[in-house]
Amino acid sequence: MDKKEFDMGPIDVAWCPGCGNFSILKILKDALADINVDPKNLVMVSGIGQAAKIPHYLKCNVFNGLHGRAIPPATGIKASNPGLTVIAESGDGDMYGEGGNHLLHAIRRNPDITVIVHNNMVYGLTKGQASPTSQAGFKTPVQVGGVFEEAFNPIALAIAMDCSFVARAFCGDAEQTGEILKKAVGHKGFSLVDVFQPCVSFNKTNTFQWFKERVYYLEGPLSREEAFKKSLENDKLPLGVFYVNDKRLVFEGQLSPYAENGDPLFRREPARTKLAELIKSKKE
Amino acid sequence: MSDLSIVLCGEAGQGIQTVERLLTRILKLSGYNVFATKEYMSRVRGGVNSTSIRVSSEPVSAYIDRIDILIPLTEKRTKHLERRISKKTLVLKENISTNMDAIGAVCGILKIEFKVIEDYIRYYFAKKGEKVISDNIAAAKKGYAYGGSLKYEIKIKPDKRVVEDLLINGAEAVGLGAIAGGCSFISAYPMSPSTGVLVFLSQHAKEFGIVAEQVEDEISAMNMALGAWYAGARALVSTSGGGFALMEEGLSLAGMLESPVVIHLAQRPGPATGLPTRTEQGDLNMALYSGHGEFPRIIFAPGSIEQAYELTQKAFNLADKYQIPVFVLTDQYLMDSYYNLPSLRSDLKIEKHIVKTGTGYKRYALTRDGISPRGIPGYGEGLVSADSDEHDELGHITEDLDLRDDMVDKRLKKLEAIEDEAVPPELIGPENYKILVVGWGSTYQMIKEAVAKLGRKDTAFLHFKQVYPLPEDTREYLGKADKVIMIENNATSQFGNLISLYTGFEIEDRILKYDGLPFSVEEITDGIKEIIKHG
Repeated sequence: MDKKEFDMGPIDVAWCPGCGNFSILKILKDALADINVDPKNLVMVSGIGQAAKIPHYLKCNVFNGLHGRAIPPATGIKASNPGLTVIAESGDGDMYGEGGNHLLHAIRRNPDITVIVHNNMVYGLTKGQASPTSQAGFKTPVQVGGVFEEAFNPIALAIAMDCSFVARAFCGDAEQTGEILKKAVGHKGFSLVDVFQPCVSFNKTNTFQWFKERVYYLEGPLSREEAFKKSLENDKLPLGVFYVNDKRLVFEGQLSPYAENGDPLFRREPARTKLAELIKSKKE
Repeated sequence: MSDLSIVLCGEAGQGIQTVERLLTRILKLSGYNVFATKEYMSRVRGGVNSTSIRVSSEPVSAYIDRIDILIPLTEKRTKHLERRISKKTLVLKENISTNMDAIGAVCGILKIEFKVIEDYIRYYFAKKGEKVISDNIAAAKKGYAYGGSLKYEIKIKPDKRVVEDLLINGAEAVGLGAIAGGCSFISAYPMSPSTGVLVFLSQHAKEFGIVAEQVEDEISAMNMALGAWYAGARALVSTSGGGFALMEEGLSLAGMLESPVVIHLAQRPGPATGLPTRTEQGDLNMALYSGHGEFPRIIFAPGSIEQAYELTQKAFNLADKYQIPVFVLTDQYLMDSYYNLPSLRSDLKIEKHIVKTGTGYKRYALTRDGISPRGIPGYGEGLVSADSDEHDELGHITEDLDLRDDMVDKRLKKLEAIEDEAVPPELIGPENYKILVVGWGSTYQMIKEAVAKLGRKDTAFLHFKQVYPLPEDTREYLGKADKVIMIENNATSQFGNLISLYTGFEIEDRILKYDGLPFSVEEITDGIKEIIKHG
């Protein structure tokens, strides 16, 4: 498919020059074109933040909801029309902080959606406070003495919860990140892709160079135990597909409306006769 | 006596619910008009709960204080139950130790044909095996003989037509109304007293093709429902005050996305956890003012089982038509009450407003009436962009402040048509009234019966089942009266204040109740008499 299919043409993009978001956007567009996703059939769902603006910058259906709340509508969309390709994409503050509970339960639920998290270890749009993935000692105008909380480890969490697809990428490597995204979107079930990304405006610690020096690729997917072990490494930072469990049942596949009929909900006609019968049954 | 009030009380876990279930069905199948409601504690075992059942020659549908026969399955009493016992109350203490004894005794008193009881026990316990059935029949027979021996004088006439009537409680009525409105999605978190609706729709999900999901929290419930509407489903959320508090952020999102959503909000007394299993009309203000920013909404407040059914159905049509949140505001009393009624309409029209999109589709096209045709992803050639930021016609983020004005105006413009089709209040009684009693929501049946009982030719009752936006003729109705009396199951007269805010009409006389119990007919008649006496 033509890679230009997802281009919006000349639009005003609200990201800082040099931001890793630009590369993620390009990688995503290329990946979607490579696997022939029809823009009309694609819904990009996001929350709020700089990363969460991404759906506005590629040509597709958009549901730009609330901060931390990308996953519930993405699940609702998939459950209402399983034929759609649904991607929820936001930043680390959105997905791991405000929306943490939704992430946990979506992993349990296992809808066939892809969750892409721009992980720059800092809050951008609110101008430089700590995020759940900020590392200990990271100083900000709010965390004046440096972050003392343990950094959130999305990969370890997802593997611990037997998430059906768990991967980590680095936006500095377009080729490998693209491959990972293609696998994630193609995977049937809930896919989590954590994407390392430098924030050029507010994170002077975890820079492009910083990531570059630490990342390396693992040969995945691994067994759950091995994957978990790898996810705990924090000196060097492994990238790639950590873990896949394709035996887990997919949420929308378990829903009774689709037991015998694959039509999206909006195409269905009301069951009037059954309603009359149900009302009648209340005689007893 | 042609109207008998029976109250059963017992500890949670003693089977009071089974008695209510069986007795009301047996009575109805014997041709008696029945009404039942319950009050209970927030616990699974112990405490004292009670069920009130009225049996009558005429249709009955309101809660009364009077107890003619009290059947206690426990020695314990609550103060609020004690207050209802008078010298005339027959207390059946002897010979009743199980719930089946109680059923038998009541049927014995009413001289119901034993075969009806036996048949129903067989039907009800069919899956439990012959031993359970015969034990229960034997117990009922023992109670029946005892009841018959009491020679209690009653003159209630059975009516054959009642046999074919329906028995539906408020929770089922909302659930059925949702199905009738084309509901295809419910996302909810269990919370008393709203849980019945989630349970009902989950149980019928397969039959009616409904996605029913118990979610991690109410935040998810609301946001998931909005995703569902976006993708073409017709979604309902069902909750109570505390749960709705978590939905407010999402409600505001519905306002900005111009997403339809139907919210069933079953009220219970707050603040905070309050009285989890009891009733109040305390969340009108919350429904009205919830969500940051300014956007239109509709609030229905059904007063009967029929209204709960029809208004919930209508809520789906209007939510879809105007792309707004529509509330169905109920409460514990309505959820847990039922009476026999002839039928519910199964032919109410499901109005769908989704359009097939064309190339260049604009989700937020500026139109004269403010309604932009709503497309959904995957249906047509267009792309659908819904955005929580202020947006342009295409649904993309904008900081063009002139466009901001246009979009705010567009969203609020819809209120005009919404107001035009507001459900009018129902006037019961003489049109040339001097005294007008006003109520909304679930107090309907009690006020109706109380005003009828007063029998004053100068007094009428005006009931609002749409409380926002106010129907246009509200001011006119109130202005015609010499005296207006507002009755509300809350402490601050939220609806009275709303009327004052929107019509400038001040209602001075108010009968308010906020102890967690519904109004009884007697409380309302006494309250009205008292106000009239003092001029």
